Amino acid sequence: MAAVKEVERARTIKASLKKQERQLFFRRFFANKLMVMGCFIFIVLGLIALIGPLLVSYDPYEMKVAERLNAPSGEHWLGTDEFGRDLLTRIVYGAQVSMGIGLIVTLISSILGLIIGLYAIYYAALDHILMRICDGLMAIPGILLAIALMAALGPSPLNVIIALSIVFTPNIARIVRSSALVIREQTFIEAMHAQGASATRIIWQHIAPNTISPLIVQATFVFAEAIISEAALSFLGAGIAAPDPSWGNILQAGKLVIFKAWWMVVFPGLAIVLSVLGLNLLGDGLRDFIDPHSSGKKSK
Amino acid sequence: MNHQTNRTLDPILEVQNLKKYFPVTGPFGRLGGIKGQVKAVNDVTLKLYEGETYGLVGESGSGKSTTGRTILRLTEPTNGKVFFQDKDIFQASKKEVRLLRKDIQMVFQDPYSSLNPRKRIGKILEEPLMIHTNVNKNERRERVFDILEKVGLGMEHYYRFPHEFSGGQRQRIGLARALVVNPKIVICDEPVSALDVSIQSQVINLLQKLQDDLHLTYLFITHDISVVRHISDRIGVMYLGNIVEEGRNEDIFARPLHPYTQALFSAVPRTNRAGKRERIVLKGEIPSPLNPPSGCMFHTRCPFALEKCRIEVPQRKEMKQDHYVACHLYE
Repeated sequence: MAAVKEVERARTIKASLKKQERQLFFRRFFANKLMVMGCFIFIVLGLIALIGPLLVSYDPYEMKVAERLNAPSGEHWLGTDEFGRDLLTRIVYGAQVSMGIGLIVTLISSILGLIIGLYAIYYAALDHILMRICDGLMAIPGILLAIALMAALGPSPLNVIIALSIVFTPNIARIVRSSALVIREQTFIEAMHAQGASATRIIWQHIAPNTISPLIVQATFVFAEAIISEAALSFLGAGIAAPDPSWGNILQAGKLVIFKAWWMVVFPGLAIVLSVLGLNLLGDGLRDFIDPHSSGKKSK
Repeated sequence: MNHQTNRTLDPILEVQNLKKYFPVTGPFGRLGGIKGQVKAVNDVTLKLYEGETYGLVGESGSGKSTTGRTILRLTEPTNGKVFFQDKDIFQASKKEVRLLRKDIQMVFQDPYSSLNPRKRIGKILEEPLMIHTNVNKNERRERVFDILEKVGLGMEHYYRFPHEFSGGQRQRIGLARALVVNPKIVICDEPVSALDVSIQSQVINLLQKLQDDLHLTYLFITHDISVVRHISDRIGVMYLGNIVEEGRNEDIFARPLHPYTQALFSAVPRTNRAGKRERIVLKGEIPSPLNPPSGCMFHTRCPFALEKCRIEVPQRKEMKQDHYVACHLYE
């Protein structure tokens, strides 16, 4: 009976601790106005990408020659493009492509980068091989590498994802490795060795959780960069091919008619700027939020 | 303390001619060739009997911590043998070593970096049980509550994070983590050096109490002579990777034989003014283990050095029962 009671008591203690931690978390989160703004922009754009297509009333592919290059009006809020398609619809569908590719690239390169970074610091021989490959990839400017890969693979959404993942994985691997290096030298890792813990346990349960915060911060920046890179690739004709909408290829189409139809460049451009701004604000804020030295609440 | 009875038994852990050399490499790592060796541990032989506390003392850089870590194979030994339960730890496979670590546990010096800052205390303490046993969650939790109580903490600490604790409490948690799997031997690597003096005595008393309760054997590594005098049954004095003198606590303090031991003990402040004694101050620094002196390691600083000390390595001699010294003055 006594043991059951003890467990009960421990549970209530846990619940109250969790509540305190949650309150502290939200207070600190909302203290950073810019981060909240970035988070808000990001969520709104995410929602547009997710449920936007249900809200717009036009078909993104249907061409109406009579309505080509109409200025923004009550009927077409953001105007129409050179084929008479509704620009708002195109941008909303483009959000799905651009944000989707950004998200998938971020996830793939985060997971790969995490695995590479962690195993590199644990096995010295692997470190030399993997890091030299990363160095090699990072020596080439990202967008150039992406264009070269797209030229080799051919334009398609899947290939954009592959190319951009190859470009961004080394960045993440570097970040993970540098923070994992510090963790590896801490006594508690040696203590786990002394406990007889396996390599998998040490890597995934002890080193990995301590590298997650810098990884998340970096991932938000990679997300922003992936959106820009995808737009750039599509703009250059190496990414998403017309007629599929993407912010980059709408922009490219707009470039040809820039003096006749300003809305064709302004609105997709604005979408790119907003999403990148939102993600960068979020990432900057997260960095301060996660860094324990800036909060003064924790000593370590 | 029940030392005499143990004499007849076989040692629980026996270290024979343990050597650990660290290679020194140039800017190209091992590819550029090994430039030299740091002889951190140079021929250490010691025996640990069940239920005793063996104090390993020496100044910084004398190789005492390396000895402890090498016994557990946290660093790979260069040479030597360590017998535990009739098995040479240094010959064991990786898997066997992992199993052995259930029986030989370690307590670390730094209470701040030895606990994972992202894990709750309960998780930290349950982890050894998850590694070495397959008891279920409730049983694990019960054993953790049990051990928390034994080290003077409560179950209200179960869900806390390490940063919410003081140094002394953290060291208790480190101790609990070592003891939760019921080890036979605990290697304590300067477990109290990072603590305040008042907390030190608490932790030492706790260590002694737990030794009696759980029948533990300690290899107690420290540079603090007064601590080692308080806690140890037998003492080994290390200098530059060698044990220069070894004996029972009372013998070695009553009559230190090796000049280095004498100098070391004379540096301990005493409150008792009646027993005035000469303070032996050694000249110079401890020599570099990269290029240790020939003959007796201590001859460069020894006030009684003979010609012979420069050339010949002194052998370990038994001066009295269980009191060994390696010095040419006692031939």
